[in-house]
Amino acid sequence: MNRGNDIIFHSSYQIHGGIHPPENKAQSNQSPIQDLPIPPQLVYPLLHNDRPLTPTVEVGERVLAGQIIADGKEATSANLHAGTSGIVSAIEEHSLPHPSSDKGQCLVITADGADEWAPRSALKSAFEQPREALLEHINQAGIAGLGGAVFPSHIKLASQVETLIVNAAECEPYITCDDRLMREQASELITAIELVLYLASAKQCVIGIEDNKPEAIAALEEAIQLRKKETDLDIRIGVVPTRYPSGGEKQLIELLTGQQVPQNQRPSALGLLVHNVATLYAIYQAIVLGQPLISRVVTLTGDAATKPGNYRVRLGTPINWLLEQTDTQPYERCVMGGPMMGFELKDLSAPVVKATNCIIAAGKNELSEPSQALACIRCGECADACPASLLPQQLYWFSRAKDFEKTRDYNLFDCIECGACAWVCPSHIPLVQYYRFAKTEIRAQDEEKRKADAARKRHEFRTMRLERDKKERAERHKKAAEKRKNAAQSKGEVDEKKATVADAIARARAKKKAAKDSSS
Amino acid sequence: MFNSSPHQRASNSVSNVMLQVVYAAIPGAAALFYFFGWGVIFNLITCISFCLVSEALTLKLRSQPTAAALKDNSALVTAILLGLALPPLAPWWVAAIGSIFAIVFAKQLYGGMGYNPFNPAMCGYVLLLISFPVAMTAWLPPAPLAEQSASFTDSLSLFLTGRDLDGYYLDTYRYNADGFTMATPLDQLKTGYSMGFMNDELLSHPVFTDFAGVGWQWVNLAFLLGGIYLLARKIISWHIPVSMLIAMAVVSALMSLYDSGQTIGPIMHCFSGATMLGAFFIATDPVSASTTTKGRLIFGAGIGIFVVVIRNYGGYPDAVAFAVLLMNMAAPLIDHFTQPKVYGSPSKTPEVHD
Repeated sequence: MNRGNDIIFHSSYQIHGGIHPPENKAQSNQSPIQDLPIPPQLVYPLLHNDRPLTPTVEVGERVLAGQIIADGKEATSANLHAGTSGIVSAIEEHSLPHPSSDKGQCLVITADGADEWAPRSALKSAFEQPREALLEHINQAGIAGLGGAVFPSHIKLASQVETLIVNAAECEPYITCDDRLMREQASELITAIELVLYLASAKQCVIGIEDNKPEAIAALEEAIQLRKKETDLDIRIGVVPTRYPSGGEKQLIELLTGQQVPQNQRPSALGLLVHNVATLYAIYQAIVLGQPLISRVVTLTGDAATKPGNYRVRLGTPINWLLEQTDTQPYERCVMGGPMMGFELKDLSAPVVKATNCIIAAGKNELSEPSQALACIRCGECADACPASLLPQQLYWFSRAKDFEKTRDYNLFDCIECGACAWVCPSHIPLVQYYRFAKTEIRAQDEEKRKADAARKRHEFRTMRLERDKKERAERHKKAAEKRKNAAQSKGEVDEKKATVADAIARARAKKKAAKDSSS
Repeated sequence: MFNSSPHQRASNSVSNVMLQVVYAAIPGAAALFYFFGWGVIFNLITCISFCLVSEALTLKLRSQPTAAALKDNSALVTAILLGLALPPLAPWWVAAIGSIFAIVFAKQLYGGMGYNPFNPAMCGYVLLLISFPVAMTAWLPPAPLAEQSASFTDSLSLFLTGRDLDGYYLDTYRYNADGFTMATPLDQLKTGYSMGFMNDELLSHPVFTDFAGVGWQWVNLAFLLGGIYLLARKIISWHIPVSMLIAMAVVSALMSLYDSGQTIGPIMHCFSGATMLGAFFIATDPVSASTTTKGRLIFGAGIGIFVVVIRNYGGYPDAVAFAVLLMNMAAPLIDHFTQPKVYGSPSKTPEVHD
């Protein structure tokens, strides 16, 4: 695809392993993004990355679109905003969009249909603002990684790097929300890239994209060229082969730079910052339009979807509303996320959240039915497919045997849970499930150990303190006793003297008396 | 029921993998049948029956689901590998005992499919070789050299009763035109060396007419063909067979350089005996082989070296079974020391700073 310009390049670096599952993108990427009508009720889980959020509004209060309704104390949480105007009708238990299908505290807004907005505060002439002001603006807007990790963006953006990598790979089958966003909002994305380059003091940007999205590549190229006429910009498009999981952060970095992020470190160790396309668009909305993160593009697809495509959905929209509004047929199974890393939804009253990039309403036989797993035959297909160069067959063996020390030795924590191993496994073993189990167990053990260590330290300190107190007390007693003894002794010495004197007197008297008696 | 991601799978299965191995063995089996007659088929049928029945019965005793396990075709592969390794027209109970031992002892007692540290077919084979050395080395001459070939009914009678319909023993069929008992080329060499003969004298024997022995070379080429099919279908990876064959060729070439008179040459090694069957069908059994890429190279090379050494210096004419079992033992250790470099882990070779 050499078009005689320096914007597009094809990277020749490779990652280990990877797979090529059926792409299934054409169902949903043909039509433009449509707005989904606002539902009568919006549901907001009071959780961010499994950590609690605190509501900042009361039940019964009227809120406006874009108004903050909850925030979190912890650094890894992000603000939550009302998606439309309405009344906070409840804070109650509600189904969560979570693999566990658990219920949790949710804030419910009953929409009033006016969709009235709180005053929007766009940052005027953003490039002249201090970085801190921009970061705070992004923080206030509740922006978090929309690729799925939902890590707060302002924290990532605070680091200073050389290169911004835009993750536009969208390697999961079925999902096309980033593809459509790039085709339709290319120039906005370029503005967002410029803002992030400014924020991170980065010199260049590489957009990493799979070669199955030629329209998006062309749209971006055009937008970059247009912008280049006005200003000096180093934004290039790195085209990578379509191979899952090229969109894994570490994998994309290796594909574009040939470098590997060192174990237990972040991309910033290599002077890199990676942001997803949808996150960049959210940053654009926040800074240029003054609109906090209250909606996102969600791919609706699957055989049961009669109108598959991409929809701009207000966060908090119950998924069954999305299915109803799009006349989706009765489905066999419903998955949030892609087929490789998503999870099955049992209760569709659960809402769309920041991490929701795709809903698959699967028809009969579209997704693999869980089948009876056979024994591992150590064929090694999984090791060939693993993008982290792990030995999944050995990790499986040790996880199954609950030999967690060994799983750690075999680098379990470098597993990104992409599912490539389980996809190729001829024995149909749900490998990822075993790794999640082992990771959870190890984390629990570590936490237990940490608590035990802390308790032991407390106990040791207490024993030490008691011992010390006892010693000090004993010392004090000893001193006091000595003092008394000394006192007693010195008193005793006086008595002795007196006694000696008295004795002497007595003896003298006796002598005198004897002399007197004998002389008489 | 909780479904873990991924929600899609490639359309491969253990039972298909095993079935492909069965298909790939067809050319080799056909060549054996062509050169050695009906005994090959009888062995296969007996092994398949006994293996499947033993598998089903042991699974039942172990209260494991029977149908699902039989459908994985692993017992079928064990049966076929053992059946192909046995001398044709050995008594039926040889095949039966080998099959029962392979499935019950070498496989199911270790926990069944996936848990056996040793290749079950080779365990069965070695048990038979040690227990019944005479029956296990009584190979018929390949058809072109045979004085008389056994008809279907004579073969069946020999197989079941030890005598043909006219009452003759198997040995009758093992004489060649000159009135000598025929042995396999490797056996011929082994016996010849021990009697002090040199390669020049031994290789003039009609058994060695072509490049690696009448019949045997074609059997090996047929198994090689099946092996290439397995490679093309990505059922096996190239590492084990290629490293095994290269190791065999290199070691035997070096030994020939050292002593050209009384060692088996590289071509004879690679295209005689069970070499190709071993390289592509037996050493590649994933359960008992090494599972890392580097480990597989070591595993294959180890088998190759052992085969050459045992064939030259051991007490048995062929050595594939022993070599495979020896390396099966080493597989866990090899795997431990050949873990791949994980993404982002510090490289093992220290960087050079100047």
